[in-house]
Amino acid sequence: MAEQSKNHTRSAAKLFVVVLGMFGFGFALVPLYDVFCDITGINGKTSDTAAVYEAVEIDQDRWVTVEFVTRTNTGMPWEFTAQTNRIRVRPGEMNQVDFFARNPANRDIVGQAVPSVSPGTAALYLNKTECFCFEQQPLAAGEETLMPMRFYVDPQLPEKIKVFTVSYTLYDVSESAVAMN
Amino acid sequence: MSSGVSKLLIGLAGLVSSSAWSKEMPLNLTKGVTDISNQVYDLHMYIFWVCTVIGVIVFGAMFWSMFRHRKSRGVKPANFHESTKVEIIWTAIPVIILIAIAIPAASTLIDMEDASEADVTIQVTGSQWKWHYKYFDSDVEFYSLLATQQEQIYNKFDKGENYLLEVDRPLVIPTGKKVRFLVTSDDVIHSWWVPAFAVKKDANPGFINEAWTKVNEPGLYRGQCAELCGKDHGFMPVVVIAKEPAEYERWLAEQEEIIRVRKEEEQRLLAMNMSMDELMEVGEKVYNTHCAACHQPNGEGLPGVFPALKGSDVALNDMPRHIDIVVNGIAGTGMQAYGKQLGLKEMAAVITYERNAWGNNTGEMVQAKDVVAVSQGQ
Amino acid sequence: MSSVTEELNHDDHHHHAPTGIKRWLYTTNHKDIGTLYLWFAFIMFLVGGSMAMVIRAELFEPGMQIVNPDFFNQMTTVHGLIMVFGAVMPAFTGLANWMVPMMIGAPDMALPRMNNWSFWILPFAFSILLASLFLEGGGPNFGWTFYAPLSTTYSNDSTALFVFSVHIMGASSIMGAINVIVTIMNMRAPGMTYMKMPLFVWTWFITAFLLIAVMPVLAGAVTMVLTDKFFGTSFFSAAGGGDPVLFQHIFWFFGHPEVYIMILPAFGIISQIVPTFARKPLFGYASMVYATASIALLSFIVWAHHMFTTGMPVTAELFFMIATMLISVPTGVKVFNWVATMWRGAMTFEMPMLFAIAFIVLFTIGGFSGLMLAITPVDFQYHDTYFVVAHFHYVLVTGAIFSIYAGAYYWLPKWSGVMYDNTLAKLHFWCSLVSVNLLFFPMHFVGLAGMPRRIPDYALQFADFNKWISIGGFAFGLSQLFFLALLIKACRKQGEPAAAKPWEGAEGLEWEVPSPAPYHTFETPPQIK
Repeated sequence: MAEQSKNHTRSAAKLFVVVLGMFGFGFALVPLYDVFCDITGINGKTSDTAAVYEAVEIDQDRWVTVEFVTRTNTGMPWEFTAQTNRIRVRPGEMNQVDFFARNPANRDIVGQAVPSVSPGTAALYLNKTECFCFEQQPLAAGEETLMPMRFYVDPQLPEKIKVFTVSYTLYDVSESAVAMN
Repeated sequence: MSSGVSKLLIGLAGLVSSSAWSKEMPLNLTKGVTDISNQVYDLHMYIFWVCTVIGVIVFGAMFWSMFRHRKSRGVKPANFHESTKVEIIWTAIPVIILIAIAIPAASTLIDMEDASEADVTIQVTGSQWKWHYKYFDSDVEFYSLLATQQEQIYNKFDKGENYLLEVDRPLVIPTGKKVRFLVTSDDVIHSWWVPAFAVKKDANPGFINEAWTKVNEPGLYRGQCAELCGKDHGFMPVVVIAKEPAEYERWLAEQEEIIRVRKEEEQRLLAMNMSMDELMEVGEKVYNTHCAACHQPNGEGLPGVFPALKGSDVALNDMPRHIDIVVNGIAGTGMQAYGKQLGLKEMAAVITYERNAWGNNTGEMVQAKDVVAVSQGQ
Repeated sequence: MSSVTEELNHDDHHHHAPTGIKRWLYTTNHKDIGTLYLWFAFIMFLVGGSMAMVIRAELFEPGMQIVNPDFFNQMTTVHGLIMVFGAVMPAFTGLANWMVPMMIGAPDMALPRMNNWSFWILPFAFSILLASLFLEGGGPNFGWTFYAPLSTTYSNDSTALFVFSVHIMGASSIMGAINVIVTIMNMRAPGMTYMKMPLFVWTWFITAFLLIAVMPVLAGAVTMVLTDKFFGTSFFSAAGGGDPVLFQHIFWFFGHPEVYIMILPAFGIISQIVPTFARKPLFGYASMVYATASIALLSFIVWAHHMFTTGMPVTAELFFMIATMLISVPTGVKVFNWVATMWRGAMTFEMPMLFAIAFIVLFTIGGFSGLMLAITPVDFQYHDTYFVVAHFHYVLVTGAIFSIYAGAYYWLPKWSGVMYDNTLAKLHFWCSLVSVNLLFFPMHFVGLAGMPRRIPDYALQFADFNKWISIGGFAFGLSQLFFLALLIKACRKQGEPAAAKPWEGAEGLEWEVPSPAPYHTFETPPQIK
């Protein structure tokens, strides 16, 4: 009897380890999802670190149209616009688009732009060497700025994608920025 | 439970004396007005018939057996309990049927997801509980709100024909052109759905999604938000009007003109002061359309969910903060940025109203220029 | 194996056996705990059902009449949570507690004290959940699927209570599942090999593995909701680099296997009942086991079919569509096997069989609508409409709940020692059968016509159908009271005494002990030929 109950405890302990493992797996899904997004372009997340421009051959045979959408989230008083809302580019060629931001409020605000690309697969081929979205952007009350975004489109971009849209949503992250400092 | 019973009895009585709502409901999926929606309808019918046939065969066999192989008929039970051959057959046949369904489904799906080479791009943004439309290549943008009166919803007035499916400003798109929608959200997840186009796309905050349609016939098409988005999820319909391209262009030009005139008016407004009576009158209207859903018509809010304005510190004492909240909203709450939704006059009026209604008698007036001072940092 | 002497012996062993409430509070007996689970589940079924009555009363006519939209959302949310975690899952756990040890010839569950805890934390979990409805601001109102950010940034503070209660429910299910697995692995009677186990045991064995695999993921999901809302993390908020769609991936990674957690034991029950009343062995026992296992495995790779409209690359949509369609193959095999079991049997139609047949037909209808929903392009039209509501109520009410009723009628003589009141049973079955179809069948049409789910008010064209649906709903709710009356009679031992094997064609160890089953059974393991 005692032997048997020891046996049960051992089996139950093994199963509890599985339970703990699955609890961890739930959290592991968070980074796994990001990896999965990087590979497949699910949800149009772009890389949050700067790409290095490798001298790639410019594809002179086709044009790709890139559209820019800018939005400010609720509670974010900034004016925020793209200077160009649509450009035609050659895959492989370096381009720059400037974004205008102004803080009309009477308080200093830290902004964070969150990019999203549609169709999602295009995100894999959008290489940004410089982007204001890589870091938080502080603007003092009344201050304005031009923020550059330099990028090139990977010539590997599938032929059927002729147009893609890059959206930036600007959030007021002053509170968490203060908390961090 | 007793209220359920009495409801039931009332209901039965109501059904006998013919129904009060005589509008016919279609019994099947709509065919819609686009090539894609027709393909979707055909797929739907195809799978429906496949299921029906399988159902008739399986249930037929079962009921026949229930009828013939009853103990009361004096049958002796057989004793077979497996047959590899039969089991392989009824595994293989469904696989073949599934392949026959998957092939046309895949081809339709690939068409639906190809939003490239669109003629018109429209940004669709959901927020609690309204849709915002912005034409990508134009300055035209507007919010589209439920037009059904609260009195109809709360059974004080008779319900109109398009109850809950009508908006103040419908989206207008051209016929015969590929229209691309870039769908996103300001707060929670919404879902933009027009059954006649077979377009349903989630609006995810911070991310954009694409969908497209090409409408063949001019007309007016109605839909609804399809993803639970909070209290008034049931009250944010979608209405789309498809116009001939020429007519569409005319409409777009008209809208641009309206925006230009409105901007000029607002410039003039800055130099003017409105009277208290006018502010309160306009303010009450704006309040009831935009604010009362959460803060309630009596300004008392919903405890624990939406704060009261009646007697609130901000509404009584802190005018700059009050203007700031109305113009820019509060992140992470249902309080939106009305600076994007309302004109200066309306904002000045509604803030004045909130500071003077329900016993908040501050006596303070807010003018257009006060609003500008906060929103533009002047 | 005479019961009377055994019971006397048992009393000799335990002089301090507590009585009254303490007996139930301290019990470690699998039969007592099974009874507790079953009563708890039935009470929760009535509580969740009365919430459905509120929902149907509000939807009886267009316009807002009875509740406000926010409370309506709380009702849909808590109705869903209670029915899933409070009614269906505990009912199956109760059946497992009662029947698994008896079916494999074990004296009790392997871990009896843990068994006691896993039941007794449940009432706390649901008290917390129900109490949150009475707080200022109300209870959870974001749907039982609690999609972020509606459940994080935009929810009220009672979300903390919701998270806490889901944690407890999860802990309870996990402990219950571990107990079932250890019992089945270690305590089978000599000669009871895996491939001799009754199918109810098999399906529960597989279900228990699903439970320990996915309930912790649910716990992770609610924990992330909690920290996002109260501790400043941003798993699901774009502003901090998170993604609201990620929530749905995690939730449905739990949620889809959860669907099978609620239906696999049902398959087991039906596979016990059909052979009994067809007086013929189950057709394709081995293929039933393999089908169950493959459904369980496939359930891990289909989760995103709940999310086709969230915007996925077309390749992902195709993958999830095809994987989902594949599930219909093993499910079909099961239905075919049941029909083949009936074929050339000698059938009688007692109450368990009637519920089993209703299950087979109505569950299959739910399966058909499931197949339709799997087809991505058409799912864009069905998604989040009443068509979906019709689908999952067919598989959960006429599926899971009907199978639980079938099992309850089947084993009630064994539990209570008396036959159930056949008049009440017939009233219960026929009233339920008619009303449940009046309730859920028209929902297919309402959904196809374009009515979204989770709305408190609707356009006029949906009015007539909704009225009928509500009438069906009230009638179905009231029909369950027949069962309550029947249960009370059975508990008071009113009825014909039941034989050890009340069903002529029944087979299995549970029919070898007397009715009612003595407090302790199989203390000496039986020999299986």
